[in-house]
Amino acid sequence: MTLIRTQYNRRSFLKTSAAAGGGMVLGFSWFAGCQPVSDKITSIPKEWFDINAFLRVADNGLVTIMSPNPEIGQNIKTSMPMIVAEELDVAWKNVIVEQAPLNSDVFTRQVAGGSQSIRQGWQSLRMAGATARRMLVNAAAQQWEVDPSECSVSKGVISNAKGETISFGEIASAAAQLEIPAEVPLKDVKDFKIIGHDTKNVDLENIISGKPLFGLDLKKEGMQYAVVLRPPSFGQKLKSFDDAAARSVNGVNDVIQFGDKVAVLASSTWAAMKGQKALTAEWEQDGRSEDTTYHNEEMLRLLDTPAEEPMREDGNVKKAIAEADQIIERTYQAPFLPHNCLEPMNFYANVTDEKVELIGPIQTPEWTRQRVADLLEREQSEVTIDMTRMGGGFGRRLYGDFALEAAEISSLSKSPVHVVFSREDDMTAGTYRPASKYKFRAAIKDGKMTGYHLTGTGVNMRNSTREKNFPAAAIENYLVESHNLESNITTGAWRAPITNFLAYAEQAFFDEVAQTIDVDAVQFRLDLFAQAKNNPVGELDYDVDKFVGVIKLAAEKAGWGNAKEGSHLGFSAYYSHNTYVAEVAEAVLENGLPKIKKVTCAIDCGIVVNPIAATNQVEGGIIDGIGHAMYGDFVFENGRAKQHNFDKYRMIRIGEVPVIDIHFVKSENDPTGLGEPTLPPAGGAIANAIHAATGERLYSQPFTKATEILG
Amino acid sequence: MANFNLSINGTNHQVDVDPDTPILWVLRDEVDLVGTKYGCGISQCGACTIHLDGQAARSCSVPVSSIGSQKITTIEGFSETKAAKPLLDAWRKHDVPQCGYCQAGQIMNAATLLKNNANPSDEDIDAKMNGNLCRCGTYIRVKAAIKTAATNS
Ligand code: FES
Ligand code: FES
Repeated sequence: MTLIRTQYNRRSFLKTSAAAGGGMVLGFSWFAGCQPVSDKITSIPKEWFDINAFLRVADNGLVTIMSPNPEIGQNIKTSMPMIVAEELDVAWKNVIVEQAPLNSDVFTRQVAGGSQSIRQGWQSLRMAGATARRMLVNAAAQQWEVDPSECSVSKGVISNAKGETISFGEIASAAAQLEIPAEVPLKDVKDFKIIGHDTKNVDLENIISGKPLFGLDLKKEGMQYAVVLRPPSFGQKLKSFDDAAARSVNGVNDVIQFGDKVAVLASSTWAAMKGQKALTAEWEQDGRSEDTTYHNEEMLRLLDTPAEEPMREDGNVKKAIAEADQIIERTYQAPFLPHNCLEPMNFYANVTDEKVELIGPIQTPEWTRQRVADLLEREQSEVTIDMTRMGGGFGRRLYGDFALEAAEISSLSKSPVHVVFSREDDMTAGTYRPASKYKFRAAIKDGKMTGYHLTGTGVNMRNSTREKNFPAAAIENYLVESHNLESNITTGAWRAPITNFLAYAEQAFFDEVAQTIDVDAVQFRLDLFAQAKNNPVGELDYDVDKFVGVIKLAAEKAGWGNAKEGSHLGFSAYYSHNTYVAEVAEAVLENGLPKIKKVTCAIDCGIVVNPIAATNQVEGGIIDGIGHAMYGDFVFENGRAKQHNFDKYRMIRIGEVPVIDIHFVKSENDPTGLGEPTLPPAGGAIANAIHAATGERLYSQPFTKATEILG
Repeated sequence: MANFNLSINGTNHQVDVDPDTPILWVLRDEVDLVGTKYGCGISQCGACTIHLDGQAARSCSVPVSSIGSQKITTIEGFSETKAAKPLLDAWRKHDVPQCGYCQAGQIMNAATLLKNNANPSDEDIDAKMNGNLCRCGTYIRVKAAIKTAATNS
């Protein structure tokens, strides 16, 4: 048991007993579809008592837990409340989860990004549950005139030594009046009853019955749909437009220019889309018009240019290279990628003189509120943001451009609007994963890698590397450099930024170096880790034991070194978002062509909060990694994206997915990230397995372009 | 604009829309049935899958004028039927969704797969479900749930 200080400011505990009372709406699925389960409370509550910002308790014992962070499919709307419920000691079946709105006074870091929700929320979520539990116990103890230490709690019921019991519901009103304890105990990991147990997605019933949940499903009184025409190419601006045809479309109410964009407002989505297509516009050049070939040439030039300041330098790489018996140099390249959330970008805004109301799918509500306030020259306190469930995020919804558009159009049209991107808009007005290139050089001397030199470059990538990551600290002479290629094409975070490609390049390179010096690929890594452990070179920024732990576990589970006849294994391991992952891909040859049959994955992410959802994230990360490494291709010509929809942009489909075998390291450490870290190693694992099967190396994504290898 | 009489989930609805309006948008914007999703608008993703007279159709690419007397079933209607139970139970068991956006389309397509083929092989599932994209990568669970449903129905 750990005692922690509660550290709440008064505001986060404003007690408004019975405040939420009658207005409370139960989730769609609360009564519907639930079979009678013992102890499940099915009566309708009359009063609710706010215990703290995270939770309120009803007079009948139901507990509402707020999920503070945006839900993009990473399942935190289930797993964050599980953590609160664990410390509260309520039966999960009597918990109702609600998405909290943006409220920076009481919640910290309401962001979906960097796989950090659980890691950074862990303490405050536990504290919220433990504090509430303590207040409920204190209230019961007062009523019984006993010491709180004589009371115990199980599944929402408090008991004392005499065997008397009182439920959370019966004592909630008294608890809501109490002072907040200055210190509360947290449970021991071994006492967890909810954390670590499979808990179904809280929105599951609503999802499988088609209830309105997502941003695009939102409708409001008087709302118009807005579909926006944006410059078709990066580097262009609006010269003039003709809206006569658009205005004659049935259902189109108005056409509004704002900046270099034109919005068509209509009473239905279809009318707004038709109106947008009916607009004719002239565009003029306002900046460079860039092609993928231009980016490629520029990046190759940068890779051969020494950087002014290295990202990291240990020892003397130049010398190691000069003294080497052999130098291995390889260059890897990645295309731009759109995010392609299946729910296209959209947002609702209602800007009035009194307030600015925003609702929709957004990963960064707080930053968006600030930007909207700046844009409209309003106080931040006038702006509210409610978050809907999101049909995917992957980093795209970190950039609230669509919310700003909605705010601006609503402000100009003086009406509530819902901005909707068509798939074409979504794919062509993106914030892309930057195209990038990496050049690796390894100095080999006496059968050992004595020097390691990585130069990275990418489009609008200030640092294209992860200079502190392995093999930093494991090699005597180590140099990492980075160059930025500036561009007017908007790029940004895309699931596992930078490492979504860098990890593949590095892991494929390691495989080639190991092969060259004739050392087993796993042993090659273990030898480097031994150096990092026993005699680290410079700063060591990762945990060697955890890294080695997942490497050995994955190797063992995949049968590394004992592959059966016809099965070819490829190894890869990567550390990101505070989580250690190793993956082994298995390829077979079918009609002479390599096919990925299986991926074995070992992960150390500390405590696994919700195993059934965690494995879903792992499967998703690996499938995403394989899918984009194999198929994702996105090309610019004259500043204009060539792929506009799924007919030209290929994504992985059901028949292309291998078996995935997942092993979590058993751990009592605080949880770390899980939404991203299984993606980065996937590309390297499959490239190395394809090499094992065919003898051919892949240096460029998407792999399917190498038809001579993959058919 | 023109008037259309539509049978949706067993109820008659009259809508006044342009004849070229895809039935997807009629359902979502006019009839307030938003369970059917928009993903691509060009028959490439399957998020908009509905049943027309019991067979799967991509509602983004079916204009309202071509519906005629065909009976429309959406996820909202289908999920309430007895026939849906084994499939939905399998979806619950495997906790299939991640973001959830593609799931209605997956379920609607899987339902007609099972209707036409009570015991589909992996290859049958791959072939029939190939048109349903899941950006989150829930494919393994989609397949497992279809197999569970086949066993339990
Ligand atoms: S929206 Fe109909 S198939 Fe994609
Ligand atoms: S669950 Fe997100 S697209 Fe399938």
